[in-house]
Amino acid sequence: MAAALPAAHGGDLTRPGQHTWVHAIVRWVFIATSLAFLAALLLAPLATVFAMAFQRGPYAYLESFADPDTAAAIRLTLTTAAVAVPINTVFGLAAAWAIAKFEFRGKSVLITLIDLPLAISPVISGMVFVLLFGLHGWFGAWLRDHDLSIVFALPGIMLATMFVTFPYVARELIPLMQQLGNDEEEAAITLGADGWMTFFRVTLPKIRWGLVYGVVLCNARAMGEFGAVSVVSGHIRGLTNTMPLHIEILYNEYNFVGAFAVASLLTLLAGLTLVIKTAIERTGYRRRR
Amino acid sequence: MSFRKASILPGFGLTFGFTTFFLSVIVLLPLAALTLAAASMHWSDFVHVVLSPRALGSYRLSFGASFLAAAINLVFGLIIAWTLVRYEFPARKLIDALIDMPFALPTAVSGIALTTVFAHNGWIGRFLEPWGVRIAYTWLGVTLALTLITMPFVVRAVQPALLEVQRDLEDAAETLGAGRIYVARRIILPTVLPSLLTGFTLAFARALGEYGSVIFIAGNLPMKTEITPLLIVIHLEEFDYQGAAALGVVMLVISFVVLFAINLLQAWGRRQQVRAAH
Repeated sequence: MAAALPAAHGGDLTRPGQHTWVHAIVRWVFIATSLAFLAALLLAPLATVFAMAFQRGPYAYLESFADPDTAAAIRLTLTTAAVAVPINTVFGLAAAWAIAKFEFRGKSVLITLIDLPLAISPVISGMVFVLLFGLHGWFGAWLRDHDLSIVFALPGIMLATMFVTFPYVARELIPLMQQLGNDEEEAAITLGADGWMTFFRVTLPKIRWGLVYGVVLCNARAMGEFGAVSVVSGHIRGLTNTMPLHIEILYNEYNFVGAFAVASLLTLLAGLTLVIKTAIERTGYRRRR
Repeated sequence: MSFRKASILPGFGLTFGFTTFFLSVIVLLPLAALTLAAASMHWSDFVHVVLSPRALGSYRLSFGASFLAAAINLVFGLIIAWTLVRYEFPARKLIDALIDMPFALPTAVSGIALTTVFAHNGWIGRFLEPWGVRIAYTWLGVTLALTLITMPFVVRAVQPALLEVQRDLEDAAETLGAGRIYVARRIILPTVLPSLLTGFTLAFARALGEYGSVIFIAGNLPMKTEITPLLIVIHLEEFDYQGAAALGVVMLVISFVVLFAINLLQAWGRRQQVRAAH
């Protein structure tokens, strides 16, 4: 190494052979460091999920899904995402239309406020709904008198999920629609199309990849959220346990096959999310942030 | 001056109304409830909760581990970004796509998987055990979980900046006799520094609030391996809503300060870009 060092300080450019040799070492060290870091921190845990799930063979793996509580957790996660994702998609489209198509005062404040849930700890995102709707919360007594429950029940789980996934579609569409401009929409309106027709025929085809991108990321977070949902769920087996919460219960009961079997489904979902995301980026759609 | 500029496009009332209404109901009203719950406390009660030894211990761990995790990612994120941008090697595109995995993977999954790998009998933990290095159920485990969760921030912030480094500028400097270290320090580093720091701050901010992945690997001993978000959950489970709200407000204020720092960094980065273009 000592003999090679001077080459790194110039002056040795007349000896290109040695120079490329140093380059080759630097290159090798960079690639090896990167791969080692990712292997230990990312690939080993990913492989562990499947190794643990299948440690007692494929039969035990499949059998863990026969547990009615596990099936209920999967159903609850799908239900929650089926409500939260479409609502946040409509919100994202509305927010992007208002922000990208019009000039108004306080626009940057509005954009910052939409991004707010991303800056907040998931625990706080769940806690705010406990403070509002919990037994000792603002509306707690009123809800109890009317025999309604939000916290420790399905509505609370949906509200917390909506809170944490709130910005995903909007923050994807706002910069995209701002970048694409208004010319085509203005032309459509001038030619007599109404607002809805302009949106469905002109805007939607232009932003479709950005929309799918945002929806896919929103869905991944909705199905995987732990902290916020954990605070509002109450952890009632078979009733208010989503898949991530059910993983925690099984894991703490030392039912590792069961815990990692559920985890393997979520890992596959994450993999699918990345495949769709990468495929969209390959179409030429790039993140501009 | 009117509230908005005239436009021939329809739908402002509908979309703006829906946006602000939904934002208020889902985000702003709940956050107001949090602030008011803390504000209704007596000042001395607030201080008692927020500065209790247990709370101080949790800040120390949350801040220390988050800072360390962001620092680890600062170094390795830069190395990974450089490797992905500058070198061609097998599976490069696959690895580039995998970088976002910690964002897509549910935190509970990251938590149990990382704990299993780094437990004393785990794939990696068993090699560290003979050296007396324990990761699972110590502050090292907390740091490791936060490092995994925030890994994509620095890589994704630095990659576009590295692509922008003008290679002809590097070549010119080398032709003029500059060494690789000089080029790295005077040409590459100034170009990527704003995005490097932005990535660091984003990672730090995310790590401060992280909950799901940490609780599995932390051990959760008061004063030792208990992060602030967990302390909030413990207050909530004891139905001490005010105590939880007080700690929540402290965390909220800290997030806003960090968010403000990120905005300043990004503004600085844009100015640097404009200067480089001239």
